[in-house]
Amino acid sequence: MITIENFILITILSPLIVSVLTPFISNSTILRDFLGPIGGVISSWGAFNIMNSALNNQNINLEIVKIAEGISIGFEITPLGAIFGLVASFLWIFAAIYSVGYMRGNKEKNQTRFYAFYAIAVHAALCIAYAGDLLTLFIFYEVLTFSTYPLVTHKQNEMAQKAGRLYMSILVGSSVILLLPAIVWVWVATGSLEMSQNGVLDGKIDVAYAPLLLAMFVFGIGKAALMPIHKWLPAAMVAPTPVSALLHAVAVVKAGVFTMLIILTNIFGIDFLAKTGASEWLIWLASITLLATSIIAIFKDDLKARLAYSTISQLSYITLGGALATSMATQGAALHIITHAAGKITLFFVAGALYVGAKITKISDLNGHGKSASLIFLTFFIGSLSIIGVPPMAGSWSKFFLMLGAADSGYVVVIGVFCVSTVLNAFYLMEIPARAFFFKKEREVSVKIPILILIPTLITSFLTILLFFCIEPFQNLTSMMVGKI
Amino acid sequence: MIDILTKNLPILVVLCPLITSLFVVLIANIFFSWILTTLSTFLTFLFSILLYQEIQIQSHISYALGKWMPPIGIEYIIDKVAIIPIIIISGISFFATIFAYKIMPEEIEKKSISKVYSLWLLAIAGLLGLVTTGDAFNLFVFLEISSLASVALVAMGAQKNKQALVAAYNYLIIGAVGATLYVIGVGLLYGITGTLNMEDLTNRISDLNNNKALIAGFGFMIIGIMVKAAVFPLHIWLPRAYAYAPSAVSVLLAATATKASLYILARILFSVFENSEDLINNTLLYVILPLSIIAMFAGTIMAIYEKDIKRLLAHSSVAQIGYITLAFAIGTKASIAAGFIHMFNHAIIKGGLFIAITSLGFFIQKRVTINNLSGLGRAMPITFFCFVICSLSLAGLPLTAGFISKLYLIKATISSDAIWIAILILISSALSVVYLWKMIEVMWMREGRKIVIKENPAIYISLIIITFFNIYFGLDASLVVNGSFEAAEKLIGDLK
Repeated sequence: MITIENFILITILSPLIVSVLTPFISNSTILRDFLGPIGGVISSWGAFNIMNSALNNQNINLEIVKIAEGISIGFEITPLGAIFGLVASFLWIFAAIYSVGYMRGNKEKNQTRFYAFYAIAVHAALCIAYAGDLLTLFIFYEVLTFSTYPLVTHKQNEMAQKAGRLYMSILVGSSVILLLPAIVWVWVATGSLEMSQNGVLDGKIDVAYAPLLLAMFVFGIGKAALMPIHKWLPAAMVAPTPVSALLHAVAVVKAGVFTMLIILTNIFGIDFLAKTGASEWLIWLASITLLATSIIAIFKDDLKARLAYSTISQLSYITLGGALATSMATQGAALHIITHAAGKITLFFVAGALYVGAKITKISDLNGHGKSASLIFLTFFIGSLSIIGVPPMAGSWSKFFLMLGAADSGYVVVIGVFCVSTVLNAFYLMEIPARAFFFKKEREVSVKIPILILIPTLITSFLTILLFFCIEPFQNLTSMMVGKI
Repeated sequence: MIDILTKNLPILVVLCPLITSLFVVLIANIFFSWILTTLSTFLTFLFSILLYQEIQIQSHISYALGKWMPPIGIEYIIDKVAIIPIIIISGISFFATIFAYKIMPEEIEKKSISKVYSLWLLAIAGLLGLVTTGDAFNLFVFLEISSLASVALVAMGAQKNKQALVAAYNYLIIGAVGATLYVIGVGLLYGITGTLNMEDLTNRISDLNNNKALIAGFGFMIIGIMVKAAVFPLHIWLPRAYAYAPSAVSVLLAATATKASLYILARILFSVFENSEDLINNTLLYVILPLSIIAMFAGTIMAIYEKDIKRLLAHSSVAQIGYITLAFAIGTKASIAAGFIHMFNHAIIKGGLFIAITSLGFFIQKRVTINNLSGLGRAMPITFFCFVICSLSLAGLPLTAGFISKLYLIKATISSDAIWIAILILISSALSVVYLWKMIEVMWMREGRKIVIKENPAIYISLIIITFFNIYFGLDASLVVNGSFEAAEKLIGDLK
């Protein structure tokens, strides 16, 4: 019988082992390429077991390294962490298979390096998910930034260099200048780096300073991509699509909003936020980001750029849900982590498939290709419906909870924000299948989608439907997170 | 036998390099002079480790030189504070010596190599004497020994680049001014107290709270030491000296020289003058604090605009010294401890970086400037990897030693309700990522000339070891952290 402690180790270490082994077996392409998917299966097997134990309310604390008195790297299982960990490790399986199809189809250089850093990034994301204290969270937050730099700049050309600079300066700058002192502030105020389910700050910090501390966290967590520190995400789209799909639609950005939610619920505590109104300004900021980026997305003709802005907008749903500080909204926010992940990874998979299959990057070039690649556009359609929030797709659940939460909190305007954004989502996402299926073809291009790209895309789009029917365990976890069970 | 060894450890640490330096100069063979130097630095390192163990038992060792009892005779004091710079200096000297083997003959003609090693050991002996002595005048002697030896070492760079002579001359003049100021200060204090022993000074000063001569003496001493420690704006000798010295010498000086003076600074501020509280508090608040903050930014910004890598790292040292003096300026136990933590970590970081840069220069056979780094990341993966790790450590990113220093520094500032200082520190450290990333980017992104370089284990072995330390002390910092807290407690007691 494997203990839960060991499952944590299995889950977080398998991507690390994959990464370390990759350079040594780079001679055998087959072995190297399928190390990722195998690691993903092992890792998510661990993540499933961890989720089970979270559902049984087992309290697990695992200290790995004691750095010095009072600071250590340690892991624990929280309901939200269990969800994020499962999302990151499970989607890694498909992203890893997809990467092989993409990298081979595109004949990219330096594939070994790519796979190695890809796995490290997943490792960092999983460590964030199971982080037991603020310091561990911060450490792997930074590891995630640095491990994705070689992936963003994979092409090593001038454009990649520029994007890499923007990426690093925003993510490293914000986290070092604001997130770190905010964490240390909490450390000094409470005397420890621990987090607790109901927050740790109540009574430990002057209420007048709470909005300032929150602002340091919010702008320190650059990965959550709130305006005005969202620019790195569109810049990161210069990376190969598997990176955009798993990392910049799932692991990295979800690590950002995950951290945001953890800070809001486990450091401030939703009761404290509701009582003091410290997060009120965040509601407005998130709403503005949500709407503004949806509008920007409409005007982007580059498919990946449009998806990037759509991601920023969807991330703001999650931040907004946390900022509303009601249990319903927080549950919705947590569920949105998983539902948006499944939907958005599908959309990015399609964007990459079109690039590999027909070298199409612009939406205006898609006209009439629906017949030659109907399956791939169908998956895009399904993914889009989930993002928009149409039943029976997963996305409808999280939106439903978020709406309820907005109603609970008394901010009626926010319900309006959600509705307007839904319309905008439908507008900019539906254009793509619409062009593909209903517009006239302008030029003859044969679209050949490699099988290794098609299969993962089909599976993730199927997941968005499956999730609609299997949301219960996740919903149980989110209820536990807000203390309802 | 063992007993005699243990008893005499405080002096052996200084004598071992001092005596071997006299013999090394007699050996003509490059290899044997190197072996002897290595052996001597290894023994010194061993002695300091033994001393460290001894200190854990006794916590304060007073050694009367020649059995002349203090305060009349010269006293050597080893306590939990002094042991930190002793370990840093002896450890780094050992690794720098190993590293020097391949590099030294590249830059210095064969017949003068043994002289260089002799000066090298002399400089080390001077630095170690500086931190072990408990006598204010003896300290001046060691200050001069270490300075003159380092000046001569810097001047040796002239065989490669004549600029080194100017750098050495600058260093000599400014260093001499600093030492003179210090000795004037000591003279004034001797005039009013009649003693040179530092512990004795502390006791006698307590009756003379507002004595003008005391204040003047203090001022002279502090400024003299600040010159040696390269505290902004008295750092102008440093960038040139580091840039034009022979590479191995840059490694040695960058990692050790200023550390000894910073330790003396802490000792004067918090131990010798501990009874003149107003004087110290005013100095900390109105002199050291603002200067440190300016140093943090001036050093970093100069580094961003610098093209020559060795100078760039030297400017970055000015900023890093700023962090250490800033930690002293805040003046709480936690912050002084943070200063010592960073003193240790900065030694292994800068040591690593200088070794990495020197190795790069060794292979490209050119002055190392930003543009010359193109494509080296691919040509020299091991050196590049170590360089990246040490850079991340300098920027204070997690899982490295530099992060630990930054964390404790930030915590100490926030605990003293100075969150704005914490933010300033972090802005400056985020800016340091700019110049570090500039180098990494060039090595990583740009296509270089197609050169096939075979990395040489004799060169990268010490780099790998120091890089390993950068990671190890980022994961298991309790040794450094506890040591520094004990040192801080010893310095300022439980008062604050």
